This record gives sequence, structure tokens and C-alpha cells, in this order.
Amino acid sequence: MFSRPYKAAVALPPIVWVAAFLLTPYLLLFCNSFWSVQGGQAIVHNWGLQNYQNLVHVPVYAQVLLRSMKIAGGVTLLALLLGYPLAYYVAFYSKRKELLYQLVIIPLWVSYLVRAYAWKTILGSDGVMNTLLQHLHITHEPVGFLLYSPFAVVLTLTHIYTPFTFLPIYAALEHIPKNLVEASQDLGASRVKTFWRVIVPLSIPGVLAGATFAFVLSLGDFLAPLLLGGPGGIMISNVVVTLFGAAYDWPLGAATSACMMVLVLALLFLTEKLEKKWSFS
Amino acid sequence: MSTNLEKRPVWLRLHALAVFAFLYLPIAILILYSFNGGGVGGFPPHNLTFNWYRMLLDDGALWDAVLNSLEVALAAVLIAIGLGLPAALALDRVNFPGKALFRRLVLLPLILPGIITGLSLLMLMVAVRIKLSLITIILGHGTALISVATTEIFAGLQKAQRSQEEASLDLGANYWQTFWRVTLPNLKLAIIGAALLIFTLSMDEIAVSFFLIGRDNTLPLEIWSRLRRGMTPEINAISTIIFVFSLALILLWYRLRKPSSEEWETAARAVEGEA
Repeated sequence: MFSRPYKAAVALPPIVWVAAFLLTPYLLLFCNSFWSVQGGQAIVHNWGLQNYQNLVHVPVYAQVLLRSMKIAGGVTLLALLLGYPLAYYVAFYSKRKELLYQLVIIPLWVSYLVRAYAWKTILGSDGVMNTLLQHLHITHEPVGFLLYSPFAVVLTLTHIYTPFTFLPIYAALEHIPKNLVEASQDLGASRVKTFWRVIVPLSIPGVLAGATFAFVLSLGDFLAPLLLGGPGGIMISNVVVTLFGAAYDWPLGAATSACMMVLVLALLFLTEKLEKKWSFS
Repeated sequence: MSTNLEKRPVWLRLHALAVFAFLYLPIAILILYSFNGGGVGGFPPHNLTFNWYRMLLDDGALWDAVLNSLEVALAAVLIAIGLGLPAALALDRVNFPGKALFRRLVLLPLILPGIITGLSLLMLMVAVRIKLSLITIILGHGTALISVATTEIFAGLQKAQRSQEEASLDLGANYWQTFWRVTLPNLKLAIIGAALLIFTLSMDEIAVSFFLIGRDNTLPLEIWSRLRRGMTPEINAISTIIFVFSLALILLWYRLRKPSSEEWETAARAVEGEA
């Protein structure tokens, strides 16, 4: 029903734009990762795997990547532990679904940076938490480990990404046909059994989507580690930022980002496969 | 599940309360300490004051950053909707080679860590020798957020009935008229929703801007550069103002959306009743 000129008019502008401003930059990133820097000044186009070899041979990179994955894994686990029961409660027991749903989303409207900063004011050595503890005579000196530690990064990122985890889980739970739950209970299954045998399996696609969000977004984060992480909380994106800034080694930075990109894409591919396997419709 | 409402497990309610406390604690602290005469730390807060708000009024650099951010966000909305709308139409009704790749590529900035998109765009700007400025940030935001516009408008298209467009074309209207009189009005809510979302995402964006920044700061980057110098309740004050402003925007959006979603539900119920 749509003519050729119509089709060309809607398809061409976005295709051209996306090719110019998304495809080309991402390809440039990959190209850059095979080049190198000479004399700390100029980037020369001598193609080779030297940056990737560097990443493999210098143990710091693998260590930081591993730490980033641990932090992201911790955030994902905590966000699921906070998000799933909440989503279950809102979807199945709440009288005011709409309101509670909105209450989960509203924190997303406060700037990410500002919320990270708020945690800094809470956790700092003369921050709210420490002065409160001293005020109540629980401790007499500031507790040091609260700020500038991987703990602070995990806490802050969990705060930021819990709503992102909640949303797909809630959507999945809402879409479970209520008569399936009723059928299970009518047939004599207890509520606990119904939960584990009917509700949990049907919500797995939502859980996977939520976990992917939390993991991928926190893996690539670089502001929370800079603000709250201290030297022990540096993550892979901080390495990239340093390589692009002070260290001025764009090709090595590009190679690091390329690895991150491949890792994230592989993960997405995997979860997409799993989601398909577990979706019931 | 009305039968379940009476026997709500206590621990689930407590858990829900705890999660909400966790989500709102930093925001409450943020707002509270924007009125704290003694700075950003310390308990209990003391010397309630509006001083930080007064300081804010005279802070030219911060307001410049706010204006820059508004400018960037508006331009990003125009770019993202201007390209996301045709992209959604194309995904809905045109078969072209590389369509699957295109769909994935458009969504990438939403999924990949922001710094990857940011530094990739930086490399492009350097390669074609474009000087970094607010324009490059606009380009970055606009491009990255086409993803949001496309998904929202595509979802809107799935809900709208294509038969209306077919009727319009059959009755002799040309494509242009059909687009303005049928397609666009049907997508109005999806487009407004996408625009609001893009606007707020752009106002808060840091990772892409971080690499594309020229001499003029956007608000998040201005805040960032101040945070590195030290903490001041002025930042609490501006954040509180933005939070209140965002809340107003959300309420406005629900006012706009509410009637239509109710219409949808009534329509759905009517259909179910007939069946």
C-alpha cells in the first residue's frame, strides 16, 4: 500500500544518519584499536595486534576488568534481591499498583550524578552516617570503610539500578495470566509451591532483562567509582577515561573499549537466547 | 488477585518499605541539606537557611550551564524525533536490506556503556576535524537518543490502527495529507512521551557529553567539575530545584496521558464484553 517514494522518504534519512554518526564511529573505534601512538604524540596507522597483546600481558587490565565484573555482579545480585520481591508485592498484593509503580520510577528523575553525590554526603567521614553514629555514641571515630571503597560503589550503583531491574520483572509478573495462578491453587498447590513452580518460571524473561540492565550499566560506569570508589574501586571505564585523557594512548583505550563492547554484545546475545527459551508465548 | 489482598505476607510489605526507604533516603538527605547552614555533612542538620538558594541566584556560571543544557536537550529532542519518527515508520512498513542490522545499530547507544558511544563519536569528530562545542554534544545526544524515539514511536504505531491510514489513502488523500491528518495525530501521545523522555535523559547525560565537551559546560558537567573541587550545598539546592521541576513535568505528562489510557481500557473491556 505504500509507494516507493514514501518508503524511500521514511527509510533513507535515518539510514544515512545512523551510518554516518553511529556505524562510522563504532568502526573507527575498532580501527583505532589496531593503531599505535608514536613518541607520545601522534597516532600512526601501523596496523597490528600490539594493543590487544598489551591488554593480555599487563596484569593490571585483567585485574581491573575482573574487579569491574565482580562489582557489576554484586550490583546485579543486590538489585534482583531488592527488585524482585518488590515487583512481586506490587504485582500481586498491592492495592495501589499505579502509585507504587510511579514511586519506583520517580528517583530516576533525580540526576544520576546528584544521587551518587548524595551517597557521598551520607557515607563520608564527616558525612551524615558517621556523625549520626557518633551522635548516638555507637562509634567514637568516623568509620572509614564506608566511603572510597568498592562497598560504596556497589551501594550507590545498586541504588541507581534497582528501578531498572524492577521494571522488566514487574512487566513480566503483570503479564502472567491470573487464571494460571488460580488454577495452580485450585489444584491444591500451596502458595509457596505456586510461587516457585508457576510464577518464578514465568517471570524469568523479566529477570534476565533486569539482570542484564543492571550488569551492563554498572559494568560501564565510571562516575560512581571516581566519586566514591577511591583507589580500590577503580573500574574498567576509568582506565579507558585515563587512556583517553592524561595517559594519551587512544589506541590502547580503543582496544580496551572494543573488548568491553564485545563482552557486552556477547552477554546480550546470550541473554536474548535464554529469554527466548524461557518465554512462554 | 483480589482474594490475595487480605492475606498480604508481612515480610513482603516490610521488604517493600525497606526498598522505598533505600531509594528515597539519598533524595531526602539531598533536599534536607540544601537548607542546612552548616554545609553538606553533619548530623543533625542545623541552622536552617535559604542562603544556598540565594547564592544560586547570583551564580552566573551555573545558570549559563542550565541554559546550555536546555538548549542541548531541545535540539536533541528535535534531532532524535526528526529521525526516530521516520525510522519507526521504516521499521514498521519498509523492507530494506540490512534492516535487522539497522534495528540493532539504532538501539546500541541505549545498551552500550555511554563512554563507548562518547569516545567513538569523539574519534569521528577528530577524524573530520570538527571542533568540540555544544554542537558536537547536540549531535551526540540527538544520535544516541534516536533509540528512545524509535522504540517509543514504534510501540505507538503497533497500537494505532493502520486501517485508518488505508481508508485515508483509498478516499483520495495523498501520502502527505495522510501523514499530517491521520498518522501524526495517531502518534501524538507516543511522540510527546518520547520527547519528554529524551529531554530528561539529555538533561542528565554525562558519559557521551564527557568526551564531546568544548568550552561551554552542560549542567551535569558543570556540577561534575564543581564536585571535584569540593562539595557545596549549592549543588543540593540546584538539584532540589531540578527535582521539583521534573516532578511537575511528570505530573503534567500523567495529566496528558491519563484520559487516553482510560479510553483504551474501556475499549478493551468493551471488546472483551462482546466476546
